[in-house]
Amino acid sequence: MIGGLFIYNHKGEVLISRVYRDDIGRNAVDAFRVNVIHARQQVRSPVTNIARTSFFHVKRSNIWLAAVTKQNVNAAMVFEFLYKMCDVMTAYFGKISEENIKNNFVLIYELLDEILDFGYPQNSETGALKTFITQQGIKSQHHTKEEQSQITSQVTGQIGWRREGIKYRRNELFLDVLESVNLLMSPQGQVLSAHVSGRVVMKSYLSGMPECKFGMNDKIVIDKQGKGGTTDDSGKSELGGSGKQSIAIDDCTFHQCVRLSKFDSERSISFIPPDGEYELMRYRTTKDIILPFRVIPLVREVGRTKLEVKVVIKSNFKPSLLAQKIEVRIPTPLNTSGVQVICMKGKAKYKASENAIVWKIKRMAGMKESQISAEIELLPTNDKKKWARPPISMNFEVPFAPSGLKVRYLKVFEPKLNYSDHDVIKWVRYIGRSGIYETRC
Amino acid sequence: MPAVSKGDGMRGLAVFISDIRNCKSKEAEIKRINKELANIRSKFKGDKALDGYSKKKYVCKLLFIFLLGHDIDFGHMEAVNLLSSNKYTEKQIGYLFISVLVNSNSELIRLINNAIKNDLSSRNPTFMCLALHCIANVGSREMAEAFAGEIPRILVAGDTMDSVKQSAALCLLRLYKTSPDLVLMGEWTSRVVHLLNDQHMGVVTAAISLITCLSQKNPDEFKTCVSLAVSRLSRIVSSASTDLQDYTYYFVPAPWLSCKLLRLLQCYPPPEDGAVKGRLVECLETILNKAQEPPKSKKVQHSNAKNAILFEAISLIIHYDSEPNLLVRACNQLGQFLQHRETNLRYLALESMCTLASSEFSHEAVKTHIETVINALKTERDVSVRQRAADLLYAMCDRSNAKQIVAEMLSYLETADYSIREEMVLKVAILAEKYAVDYSWYVDTILNLIRIAGDYVSEEVWYRVIQIVINRDDVQGYAAKTVFEALQAPACHENMVKVGGYILGEFGNLIAGDPRSSPLVQFNLLHSKFHLCSVPTRALLLSAYIKFINLFPETKSTIQEVLRSDSQIRNSDVELQQRAVEYLKLSSIASTDVLATVLEEMPPFPERESSILAKLKKKKGPGAVSVNELEEGKREGGELNGGGERGGDSSSTPSPSADLLGLRAGPPVTAAAPSAGSLLVDVFSEAVKQPSPTAFLRLFVCKNNGVLFENQLLQIGIKSEYRQNLGRMYLFYGNKTSVQFVTFTTTVTCPGELQSHILHIHTWNSLEPLIEGGAQVQQVINIECLTDFSDAPLLNIKFRYGGALQNLTLKLPVTINKFFQPTEMASHDFFQRWKQLSLPQQEAQKIFKANHAMDTEVLKAKLLGLGMALLENVDPNPENFVCAGVIQTKAQQVGSLLRLEPNAQAQMYRLTVRSSKDTVSKRLCELLAEQF
Repeated sequence: MIGGLFIYNHKGEVLISRVYRDDIGRNAVDAFRVNVIHARQQVRSPVTNIARTSFFHVKRSNIWLAAVTKQNVNAAMVFEFLYKMCDVMTAYFGKISEENIKNNFVLIYELLDEILDFGYPQNSETGALKTFITQQGIKSQHHTKEEQSQITSQVTGQIGWRREGIKYRRNELFLDVLESVNLLMSPQGQVLSAHVSGRVVMKSYLSGMPECKFGMNDKIVIDKQGKGGTTDDSGKSELGGSGKQSIAIDDCTFHQCVRLSKFDSERSISFIPPDGEYELMRYRTTKDIILPFRVIPLVREVGRTKLEVKVVIKSNFKPSLLAQKIEVRIPTPLNTSGVQVICMKGKAKYKASENAIVWKIKRMAGMKESQISAEIELLPTNDKKKWARPPISMNFEVPFAPSGLKVRYLKVFEPKLNYSDHDVIKWVRYIGRSGIYETRC
Repeated sequence: MPAVSKGDGMRGLAVFISDIRNCKSKEAEIKRINKELANIRSKFKGDKALDGYSKKKYVCKLLFIFLLGHDIDFGHMEAVNLLSSNKYTEKQIGYLFISVLVNSNSELIRLINNAIKNDLSSRNPTFMCLALHCIANVGSREMAEAFAGEIPRILVAGDTMDSVKQSAALCLLRLYKTSPDLVLMGEWTSRVVHLLNDQHMGVVTAAISLITCLSQKNPDEFKTCVSLAVSRLSRIVSSASTDLQDYTYYFVPAPWLSCKLLRLLQCYPPPEDGAVKGRLVECLETILNKAQEPPKSKKVQHSNAKNAILFEAISLIIHYDSEPNLLVRACNQLGQFLQHRETNLRYLALESMCTLASSEFSHEAVKTHIETVINALKTERDVSVRQRAADLLYAMCDRSNAKQIVAEMLSYLETADYSIREEMVLKVAILAEKYAVDYSWYVDTILNLIRIAGDYVSEEVWYRVIQIVINRDDVQGYAAKTVFEALQAPACHENMVKVGGYILGEFGNLIAGDPRSSPLVQFNLLHSKFHLCSVPTRALLLSAYIKFINLFPETKSTIQEVLRSDSQIRNSDVELQQRAVEYLKLSSIASTDVLATVLEEMPPFPERESSILAKLKKKKGPGAVSVNELEEGKREGGELNGGGERGGDSSSTPSPSADLLGLRAGPPVTAAAPSAGSLLVDVFSEAVKQPSPTAFLRLFVCKNNGVLFENQLLQIGIKSEYRQNLGRMYLFYGNKTSVQFVTFTTTVTCPGELQSHILHIHTWNSLEPLIEGGAQVQQVINIECLTDFSDAPLLNIKFRYGGALQNLTLKLPVTINKFFQPTEMASHDFFQRWKQLSLPQQEAQKIFKANHAMDTEVLKAKLLGLGMALLENVDPNPENFVCAGVIQTKAQQVGSLLRLEPNAQAQMYRLTVRSSKDTVSKRLCELLAEQF
């Protein structure tokens, strides 16, 4: 289990130090600083073993979070915890920066006491935490006896993530499907690897203890229904798509509120949602991915001192949709001494500090194409090494799910309070972003 | 960085550096650098002409970026351009860049060399110095090739400035160190040596470094420097502290130069010229005198400088080792330092004294400081100083103070640092053995040693105790008693159990008279330790038990019970199980007579160099033992062990374990050693036959030289010569592969009876444990024939080839006929003697079929090779051959006569041998029958 948790600034000074177990001493703090933060060679591995002690670290901007243990701990669990910790801190005080951490150090120690007990991760649900760890210190004293006992029963009860007695005038529900699409393509346009990692994020403002049921175009479910010959009426509810195409999900994980036994047996996703914002599920797909953009590079070396680059991008989705925040990054050789760029659309600039030409387009509709051409002057060098030609990378945002995932329904049942599924206002949004979206040139 | 004048400062560079320093993260730094690199690239683009200042600035930035750890692959051309500038700062930055970043890019090197050549030939001393520094900093082979001829010229030219000479001398030194073959001094030698007379002290200091290095390689050419150095030294030493102005350091005149001069003198033997020598002795005396004077300053720099010269002078005195007066004075001086409060001085004093102790002149003087040194060993806070103190104690030990020193070392051992314990143990063991007058003291000391630091007592140490106890009758009873007492301690070290088991097994009977140490008590004591011991020790104990059965028949049933128990006879360890089974059978089947023979007391060990000394030598700790001490050790060792011959024949055995009990891995069958194990071999002899150690043996009956053995890896050649009862055999081990053999060890053993002084074998010059691929090493074996014998000694060779251990056992071609002295005699003499040897057992006869063609000449050659005299015209039948010879052994001479009658028709031979000893006749007959 986690023996201790340290937070460092970029210089390696300790901002937060919380030790949970006796086997971790103060010298562990220094060991990590010396061997990782101040290491001569950059430490790439997130797990470092120093003197039979394991250090798991994540870095957020200039801040290092390190979990330390002497035991053989589940590394995935520790990282999950560290990410959760980051989420919790962000939810409480915004960006994780040295200043914010220094200003909120009491709060952080309080949080650390709550979410880790003797090194075992506890409830790290922001919504639940916020009910009893607040930033308005004085207010918390005015909790009534009743409220306090409620907190206790909630934290120790079966449904730790939701307290009872929540009431909203308007029962509302927001559902975001956020996907990031990763691609590596050969210069000839052959897909070398592609996958989508997606998240379903919900924001729920529902009264009482509602029971929700979420349905999407999961291939297994659709096939089962197709075989059974019965069509579920609710499957064609207002939220669901027209059930045209199903997708194969490679793997998925759920929020703790989802009843896993039901998912295992019936593959239905039913849960009592936490209040506020949370991530319902994560998934990954690798088949039949819709690639929103195609990049066609053309690089020509003219002698030893000149390079001509032409890049065409084609958008590949419905013309009615608009892609946003498009950015194409074309790496330049290390001996570039000057660059001239011409582009039809958007703005392009040579950024010397990043050794790349950055081409930005604000908006682009589907089934269009655009092009940039650049002339790069080179300085002759002594080095006989050839330029490695790193891939051209791309960033964008599109208003659909590149995996093809469709939300079919999201039903809400609250038998105790008198509102029904129809009374709940539901919003669904799809956002597809680029992950590592690269084309070799 | 260069000292830039204010007007010349590079603002852009300063800004860039401060930007980099202010970067919050690595990424930010890399971004800033990329930006700067792009900027410099655009500036260096061919179409713009840059002025010298900006060029310098950008080259400086590139250099800085390079020093931050980034690759720089451009800008070299600009840097080379800077070299041709006339401004010092620009030129200097150019050279700096080149020295740091030069790579073997051929065209650039040519340009650089050109620029350097221009600067060297310019008359500007600063530029010349810059160029020389660049050559020295780069120091590559190309540079050496281009300038090795030029620099000596600059060095000795009359009109060269002093500062340039200094640089030239050091530059040349650097080139000489990297590529000595290119720097040929030849014609310049004498002029370089005369730089010692230069007016400028800086030049002398630089030149002396060069001369020292050169004279180490070819001392003869630079011999003349000795007198010059002495006169220079005397001038410095006798100068007043104000004479040398700039070169006086805290009231000490030219300390660095003095040290270097003294070190140069250490490359040569004492000067033969009396005047020079007198002057040098005078200098050394002055230095020693000055050490006595009160310090002129309290500053540590003053005393450091003074002591540096003093220690260098003392090293020179030790190096000469010919001036008793100086040596004693040096020793006294060091004695004072032994109590100095500076730890470093105490360390140096102890270290120098260690070398002084080995000189015959100062040994006594060193001994007077024994109390101080012992005190240092006890109280010194720094472990390295204690280590030196221990070394010194070891070095100063002799017969007079051995008891005191050994006692002190033993008592120190209890608290000694773990890092030096093993070495201490070895030293104690060696000293105890070397200076033992009384063996009970020796035994006590070693047992104490095992008790105090058992973990650090290596195998060699306890092997040695046992060897000595076995070889000395007078100490055996005492040893048995002491060991018995030591074993009674509730917790005793395994090494103690080993010694105890061995000694009680051999000599337990000597103390069995006392009811407190009756046989059964002894056995129970040993057996109580049995279960706490490791497998090899248990194996040894089992051997001790079977010896007990022989010594004390009354313990037989108890011991058999133990051997029969499941934990022995079904032990999972093969070695233990086999021993248990065999010993049990042996004790129940064999009669008492057989038992007594098989389990006879161990014969004395042959004399040899103490293996402990070899081990210490291998450890090679600083200040371990010098070579002459080792030889002394050998001498003394010989004296101690009395028994065999002394000194000269002493030899080292690479793996002494084989000589004691055959405890090394592997069943006793393969451990061909004179041990209980190999005695067993004789009892159960069916399984023993070595694969084919005799394969090559037959070939050597009639010849002395040839190839003894050959396979894909190894070839063993042999060359031998015999004279009277002595023989010398040269073995040549050739590595036929391209890979080196490691841990190459050879052991010569005489199996069975052969060991019991029938044949005496000593190996000489122990081999290096390494044989390089394709290389050959030589080993010499001395052989002495004591009485006649029939078996041949075994040569066991072990080495690692690749990873695999190769183990090889061969019979050495030593046969009785090698010791023949040919005897010429006339026909009637022959027949008279023939008749004298007419007893039936004196004659051996064999009739056998010819294996080879019956060629008279070949037969003759073979018979001559046999070593006997071939007597012509003796036998009435000219077809027959008769020979006569005397076998020389140490004990007696055995006259032998031989008659060989070939029968050409039947292709048969009849061989008759008659000799005064029946075994000899038989053996000769056997040997010869295989030859024809």
